[in-house]
Amino acid sequence: MRTVAVVGASLAGLSAARSLRGQGYDGRLVVIGDEPHRPYDRPPLSKEFLAGAVTEAELSLEADDEDLGAEWLLGARAVGLGTRERSVRLADDREVRADGVVIATGATARTLPGSAGLTGVHVVRTLDDARALRDDLARGGRLVVVGGGFVGAEVVSTARGMGLEVTFVVAGPAPLSGVLGRDMAAAVSPLHGDHGVRLLCGTGVRGVTCGPGDRSGAERGRVSAVLLDDGRRLPADIVVLGIGAVPCTGWLEGSGVALGDGVRCGADGTTSVPGVVAVGDCAAWYDPAAAVHRRIEHWTGAKERAPAAVAALLSGGAAPFATPRPPYFWSDQYGVRIQFAGHAAHADTVTVEDGDPADRSFLAVYRRAGHPVAVLGVARTKEFTRRRRQLAADAARTATA
Amino acid sequence: MVIPVCRLDDLPRGESCRLETDPPVAVFHTEDGEIHAIDDTCTHQDASLSDGWLEGCWVECPLHASKFDLRTGRVDAPPARLPVRTHEVVVRDGVIHVVLSDAPPNLPPSCVAARMAGGAV
Ligand code: FES
Repeated sequence: MRTVAVVGASLAGLSAARSLRGQGYDGRLVVIGDEPHRPYDRPPLSKEFLAGAVTEAELSLEADDEDLGAEWLLGARAVGLGTRERSVRLADDREVRADGVVIATGATARTLPGSAGLTGVHVVRTLDDARALRDDLARGGRLVVVGGGFVGAEVVSTARGMGLEVTFVVAGPAPLSGVLGRDMAAAVSPLHGDHGVRLLCGTGVRGVTCGPGDRSGAERGRVSAVLLDDGRRLPADIVVLGIGAVPCTGWLEGSGVALGDGVRCGADGTTSVPGVVAVGDCAAWYDPAAAVHRRIEHWTGAKERAPAAVAALLSGGAAPFATPRPPYFWSDQYGVRIQFAGHAAHADTVTVEDGDPADRSFLAVYRRAGHPVAVLGVARTKEFTRRRRQLAADAARTATA
Repeated sequence: MVIPVCRLDDLPRGESCRLETDPPVAVFHTEDGEIHAIDDTCTHQDASLSDGWLEGCWVECPLHASKFDLRTGRVDAPPARLPVRTHEVVVRDGVIHVVLSDAPPNLPPSCVAARMAGGAV
């Protein structure tokens, strides 16, 4: 291979570039990123960065002396992939021809219809998003956060720490119920009430409205309220939408790369097209244990899976691959560290095995037919880490059995 | 200062232990049979490296996955940016000892604040 193009310059793309060099690839390496920034870390965007405790320089994912010998095409959006000659077409009509392509284009934040162009309505996906929200939060006011995932919950916690009045609107029975399951989500959610957040669960959002009369003219309107499905109207000066993300795969349509919810991949990141692999939030790897393709939208997935995808790319799919560790994520809310590993959806029981949810510090184990499939730690770092390692060892053992 | 850790036989290969010194120290026995000691606290945030994933002579932080070279303390990539302090190890009469370094540690900001406030790390 003489040229490899990595499309995407965030954690997954950077990890792929590092793996290429780490695995001995010494040819031309082109990294294409649609944002103008060098790779930066996203988890702090809804936490320390928003609160002003971490600077932009500290978000950099590259070590100070790191040099991958790559050509960086930043601020360059990929709009098409020619699979026959393996060329990546960019929005400015440039073309990058390559022998190998790593797709790492990630996902974009979902928005509400009608929210585009309204001042005061935010998502938190990119550095530019977070800058805009940080500036808005500094003005203070009434904040409404919509959506029950981590980003929403973390913004709520950060904004409370900054003294804003916060309402948190969640469609499900509790925040994080999608990832933690209903019972444990309910056990974690009192944290919000403890800190004076108004939590509204089980209600969808119809849309947002702006103040009267300021829709015309050069001044764009500012949001004034969030409209709930049940007809309620929540006055708001700032609205944050944390309602999930959609994989950035539109540019691959018609290319021959098979798509589903994301790029459909084998258990090593290989796609339906030889010489093309995919990693990170846009990639739905096959999980042999569960016999499904699924996207893992976690930081650690983006980082850990790149070496396997690169090995598959460099070997033409012949490299043996190890079972990935069970997905792991962490979230810091109100100074409490929440850690989770595995798949809650696989479980038929969940039990608190240490501590007590009433103390906001506990450890819970999810099991299916008696076998652990996931573990949750709330302010229980040491014990959590032990259980997570056990889970990974079990997963590796079942995969080879 | 030289601190006895445990008998060599009591720390199998692939295992680690933690010394409750201030700041705490992590001692590792690699699969290749080497013994290394480093500060236990990650240089990024408050995570215990003795709980990390040992691979060769590197340990991966259990919280955000930066890796540290046990021989030199070097960090591979952010989010951690500073190397972790290393300590010399001697095995005498079948007992592992750590010779505490007098170099300044690279503790994360949260731990430095806690130490200055006199709190536990
Ligand atoms: S605490 Fe170790 S990498 Fe963040």
